[in-house]
Amino acid sequence: MSKLLSMTEAIRRYVHDGASIALGLALEPCIPFAAGHEIIRQGRRDLTLIGPISDILFDQLIGAGCVAKIQAAWVGNVSEGLGHCYRRATEQAQPRPIITEDHSNFSIGLALRAASLGAPYIPTRSLLGSDIPRKNSTFLQTTSPFDGSPLLLVPALQPDVTILHVQRSDEDGNAHLWGSLGICQEAMLAARQVIIIAEEIVAREVITSDPNRVIGPSYKVCAVVHEPWGAHPSAVQGYYDRDHQFYHEYHTRSRTPEGFQQWLDEWVLGLKTHQEYLAKLGEARRGALSVKEHRYAAPVDYGY
Amino acid sequence: MEYTPRELMVVCAARQIRDSERVFVGMRLPLLAFALAKRTHAPHCVGIFETGLIRDTPARELLYTMGDAPNICGALWTTSTINVLGLMAAGEIELGFIGGAEIDRYGNLNTSLIGDWRQPRVRLPGSGGGADIASLAQRLAIIMPHERHRLRERVDFVTSPGYGYPDEQGSAGVAWRQRVGLPRGGPAVLITTLAVFTFDPATGEALLQSYHPGSSIEQVQEQTGWPLRLAPDCAETVPPTPEELRVIRECDPHGVWTR
Repeated sequence: MSKLLSMTEAIRRYVHDGASIALGLALEPCIPFAAGHEIIRQGRRDLTLIGPISDILFDQLIGAGCVAKIQAAWVGNVSEGLGHCYRRATEQAQPRPIITEDHSNFSIGLALRAASLGAPYIPTRSLLGSDIPRKNSTFLQTTSPFDGSPLLLVPALQPDVTILHVQRSDEDGNAHLWGSLGICQEAMLAARQVIIIAEEIVAREVITSDPNRVIGPSYKVCAVVHEPWGAHPSAVQGYYDRDHQFYHEYHTRSRTPEGFQQWLDEWVLGLKTHQEYLAKLGEARRGALSVKEHRYAAPVDYGY
Repeated sequence: MEYTPRELMVVCAARQIRDSERVFVGMRLPLLAFALAKRTHAPHCVGIFETGLIRDTPARELLYTMGDAPNICGALWTTSTINVLGLMAAGEIELGFIGGAEIDRYGNLNTSLIGDWRQPRVRLPGSGGGADIASLAQRLAIIMPHERHRLRERVDFVTSPGYGYPDEQGSAGVAWRQRVGLPRGGPAVLITTLAVFTFDPATGEALLQSYHPGSSIEQVQEQTGWPLRLAPDCAETVPPTPEELRVIRECDPHGVWTR
């Protein structure tokens, strides 16, 4: 069954005001920027964002006023430092106040893993002695029923929608993802629904030729969007590398609310689609980021 | 040979890595420290990255982030974040690197916020994997700029636990970590732009181990928000060798992280 939709349609149908959305789950690579920009264009409000370290897409969604709550380990700009919109929202309630439930990369992964297992929580010894559990009251500090040792219980977290950017998928949402996986799989398995954004749409046979590379069951996928370069400026292994300069420009320009608004008008609101974004980005810049030397894996034999 | 403070920090960080160790590599300077250690005294060390990656060779190109494409090429294992942090939770990672915005005399790190946590004056990005590495690695190495407002008597918020604080139940140090239930670890070293500190596990206090060439105990004290305690063998930091500098500049030819 084909679940192929345009980005506009996928976001319109499946990302609603007030929803909890997990995205940016591979940490620095494969961040679904094109999906995030469409969420901003459609003016979604009161979203909860779930992620590990988030790089600048969270900052952009916060600055655009889409976000009510953050459940994440880190919000900023990985190669540049602080997230200016995140600071304005948390320090000055601009453009609106947001609630933050701080996590670590391990605890957010465990929270999603718990949901994926149907477990109410997963215990850990990480973060004992940290102030994070004091600030984020969803954690519960207790002792092990087995030996009485201190434990932190990380409650299950089920996103309404997980948005994953992958290298390739078939039209049904059977998707191949390779490179570091971050917490992509946990977020896919935990979510109520999943939107797959793919660099390439391939035949089902391409996917089934290598089922070990599939990220999760396609029955969870509600929409598949074909969006080449949809993760720019983050990297997609085998397709393009990270555009460090883009992060630098964003960091500089988003320093003031006016600068951020100009950036947003120029790169998001003033463009109707991702195709217009790519045209604006230009072929030379894309060429510089493209794969210079292909490195194919050796084939594996699933024969019998 | 001339060198920058950051080049010296990379060298100090690399010297913390022992051969054959499993090292949780953080962002920025530790990326270079891992590459330097690999090419000098620790050719068998293994790097673990929280994106979900293990490799035993340095990446071929300079990394801005651990998720950059060159870091994936030639990896031994690409997997999930939970799998690699899980290895650390199980006690299998010997050394972890992290940075911080603020640290205190007991090695507690703050990367979350300045001011009251209910209404912070400055919101910092948060833990990332930092609090996990501080909780779970066997030894912790911390790298940060040395400024008086960053090295404080007490941090506003403990993101990544060091040796805690003295309280009614006992002292800071290893005893505090045991009291709160942390399974192991604690800061082994704090490397700054001016100095290197080690820690007294019994009291949890930072000890000035060495001051960098061009700096002095007095200057370190001026820039440190607690009264210094000196390690018995406190001395000047051993400067980088020409070979160490050559490798660093090969890895970071334009000085992105080291100038």
